[in-house]
Amino acid sequence: MLKYLTGKSSGGAHADELASPGRRGFIVGMAGAVLTLAFARSPLSLANPDKTVAEGAFDPTVWYWIEPDGRVVVNIAKAEMGQHIGTALARIVADELEADWEQVELRYVDSDPKWGYMVTGGSWSVWKSFDPLSRAGAAGRKVLIEEGAKKLGVKPEQCRARAGRIIAGNQSISYADLVRGGGISRSFTDEELKQMPIKPPAERRIIGGQTRALDIPGKVDGSTLYGLDAKVDGMVYGRPIIPPTRYGSSVSSIDDSAAREIPGYRQTVTLEDPSGTVPGWAMVIADSFHAANQAVKRITVNWSPGKTTGVDEQAVLDHGRKLIGTADQGVLALDAGEVDKAFNDAAEVLESEYVTHGVLHFQLEPVNAVALEKDGTWEIHTGNQWQSLIIPVLSRALQVPKEKIVMRTYLLGGGFGRRLNGDYSVPAALAAKAVGRPVKMVLTREDDALFDSIRSPSVQKIRMAFDGDGKITAMEHHATAGWPTQVMAPDFMADGINGKYDPFAIQGALHWYTMNGHRVRAISNDLANDTFRPGWLRSVGSGWVNWALESAIDEAAHKAGEDPIEFRLRRLKAIGRNAGSAPNAVGGAARQANVVRRVRELSGWGAELPADTALGVATSYGQERNMPTWTACVARVRVDRETGRATVEKLSLVTDAGTIVHPDGARAQVEGAALWGMSMALHEGTVLHNGNVADTNLNTYTPLRMRDVPEIEMEFVDSTETAVGLGEPATTVVGPAIGNAIFAAVGVRMRELPIRPHALLAELQRDSKANREA
Amino acid sequence: MTTEFKINARPVRVDVPEDTPLLWVIRDDLGYTGTKFGCGIGLCGACTVHVNGRATRSCITPVKDVANSVVTTIEGLAENGHPLLETWVEAQTPQCGYCQPGQIMQAAAMLRDFPNPTDEQINQVMSGNFCRCMAYVRIREAIRMAAQRMQAGSGRPQEADHA
Repeated sequence: MLKYLTGKSSGGAHADELASPGRRGFIVGMAGAVLTLAFARSPLSLANPDKTVAEGAFDPTVWYWIEPDGRVVVNIAKAEMGQHIGTALARIVADELEADWEQVELRYVDSDPKWGYMVTGGSWSVWKSFDPLSRAGAAGRKVLIEEGAKKLGVKPEQCRARAGRIIAGNQSISYADLVRGGGISRSFTDEELKQMPIKPPAERRIIGGQTRALDIPGKVDGSTLYGLDAKVDGMVYGRPIIPPTRYGSSVSSIDDSAAREIPGYRQTVTLEDPSGTVPGWAMVIADSFHAANQAVKRITVNWSPGKTTGVDEQAVLDHGRKLIGTADQGVLALDAGEVDKAFNDAAEVLESEYVTHGVLHFQLEPVNAVALEKDGTWEIHTGNQWQSLIIPVLSRALQVPKEKIVMRTYLLGGGFGRRLNGDYSVPAALAAKAVGRPVKMVLTREDDALFDSIRSPSVQKIRMAFDGDGKITAMEHHATAGWPTQVMAPDFMADGINGKYDPFAIQGALHWYTMNGHRVRAISNDLANDTFRPGWLRSVGSGWVNWALESAIDEAAHKAGEDPIEFRLRRLKAIGRNAGSAPNAVGGAARQANVVRRVRELSGWGAELPADTALGVATSYGQERNMPTWTACVARVRVDRETGRATVEKLSLVTDAGTIVHPDGARAQVEGAALWGMSMALHEGTVLHNGNVADTNLNTYTPLRMRDVPEIEMEFVDSTETAVGLGEPATTVVGPAIGNAIFAAVGVRMRELPIRPHALLAELQRDSKANREA
Repeated sequence: MTTEFKINARPVRVDVPEDTPLLWVIRDDLGYTGTKFGCGIGLCGACTVHVNGRATRSCITPVKDVANSVVTTIEGLAENGHPLLETWVEAQTPQCGYCQPGQIMQAAAMLRDFPNPTDEQINQVMSGNFCRCMAYVRIREAIRMAAQRMQAGSGRPQEADHA
């Protein structure tokens, strides 16, 4: 995705900021008793590092500091939402710094422009941070070696750094002693930072080693603070009353007469929102959340509703089909080779439609925020993944400059992309402004679901042309869904062949199979965009795109009468545009072939299995061709022909994510992502009904539970290639692997997610009827 | 309306409407924020506490129902020490962590009923607790480890939360 973030001229993201904080070299100096290591933001600060860090002059970006007792405190500007990101990032610093890991601590920072562009998503964090953090750590090591050499009376070349000490022969001095000695002052120009001697992979002592995540103890004993735990003096509670449509509703009247006798009820305010984020919202204000909830039951709000009150799932899907059927709709993301000729000359064409339904984020902590104004600055206390996206919106909503808004950081009770969209901070801020005091807004689970930016329903059509020998000559992939990026972050749209498109909504389609012709058309479903706010949900487009792609490849393999793994391997060749490139995609399709071969071994592919039980395979490069995480999955699935229920017995997964910084954290991410994939394939999904999601709580929305968990086995490819993303790719392969296993087990092809037992049963009955008639 | 009960071995008296869910009393009035709000209908288990030693969904329990009872939250379990808290760290169970206090409270109650639970028993009891990160494999693992430790007698929890 990074390539889509480059070259933005105004207002949007700047790639250099995104890749690392705005830096002008690096400074090391004493701030009181503490050794501070910071990216400089002005060349002037390089001249006098001590003054810069001591006085905070030129506002350096402090990346970490060393206390006189030897503790190394690393600032973390990423959201912690379960990925143990602070541990991974700190280990990158600590490895180059040769720190004693036992003395490393994390500090999650509040929003500030000096951190550069603040976003946590896309499985980008480690990938983007690896290089700048390595250099920051190496700069610290260099300074401490030079300082240690002076103290030990030797030359720097005679010293080495290890576990928080500088060692020369049989004498050594600790980092703590060096910091206590004071007087350390050094700066590096950007050029010097680029030349910093980064250790070769063989000399890494922390990266890739086993460790315990630093965030876990507080999550076990209940002491960790999430957004919901935020508390400020003088706050009142807010509970919204959500309008009948996401957009276009306006409050005509509010009758709260029946609520006034509720102890603690204060008032209900209609939110005036210049940013247009929450049109038609009313906020009930009370002294306790319970009082607010009681009041909501007795308050009648009349709205003039928006135009989408009658929209249901079928309308959105049918609209998608119409768009696909209209040739001039959408944007070509890829048009390689002679597609039209291949289809004109085809001996046969295989065409299938794939559908996925809506998915709720259902992050377990419902969205919430505390908002207050203090001395002209607005504070928003909440867990958030994309501060740099929502602060300008808050600025419009509150009519105050961006500089007057700070987001206080809390841990996230689940992100999964929901908190990339910080829309929930807006009503809290507007309510606080309206009542002139701090407001803690909490959404109930039902409110959260109604206000969710769901994974859009999607419709896709895949066409494949075959020549007389049964070889695929071309593929057309047409995909339509709501486009989150178009709606919420248009600066991040990508340039297609004939217009701009949402790259996140078509991720996964630019596959690495070699074919003569390949065309990908991405289409925004405007009815979806109008009805709800489409969201980025764990792996975004790859979640539906790869379902279609890998199901279609399987269909092609069976049509050709070939083993589905052999069929894929024959096309995963590191040639032409699939040869790969440095630094992120070294090896190209050969690495994808490797994970497919390894999952074949791991899963016991080809073994004899009981009746109605079979293996299915799927693979992906993850999301971005420029940041491929090579992933392959085999699912073993048993189908009950009586009930139509598909039971996943086992998932085998192989991942090549390059260098793995935190191996246990990596396993946890793949475990969770794989089970998400399975949940969205078999257990959870919702539909639109009267302009809203039909399912708003666990009584009808039924994600996977512990009893549903299959055996899981996984491997990571041992690699020193560029570290790429891990949070999402496994999500994308499990669904199609299950669908393909169902086909292998009972011969029916499911093309709709989630796969419901009644739908599978209907297909089985149709199939057996067809067989009887044949 | 005044309600008296014990929480984490401390006697408390709260003056809130008697239909207030125990969850909000614990979190907002008494300041024990380790107990979480997830679904509000007793189906996710994030709000699980012990009432007289029994796992209870505090989001659907009116505070009047715990009058004169003994309530234990994750903070109380942590104060007394419990093998689950150690194995939860050893198995590196939490991801986002939001559901974990509720998972641990449910598991602690289960281990009283089934000191040596089978995987089937773990699945049956713990399937009432939802984990959105889907850290289920490690939740099960941490429970197994704690059960073994308690069977070996090396980690008996204190029975502080019986009335």
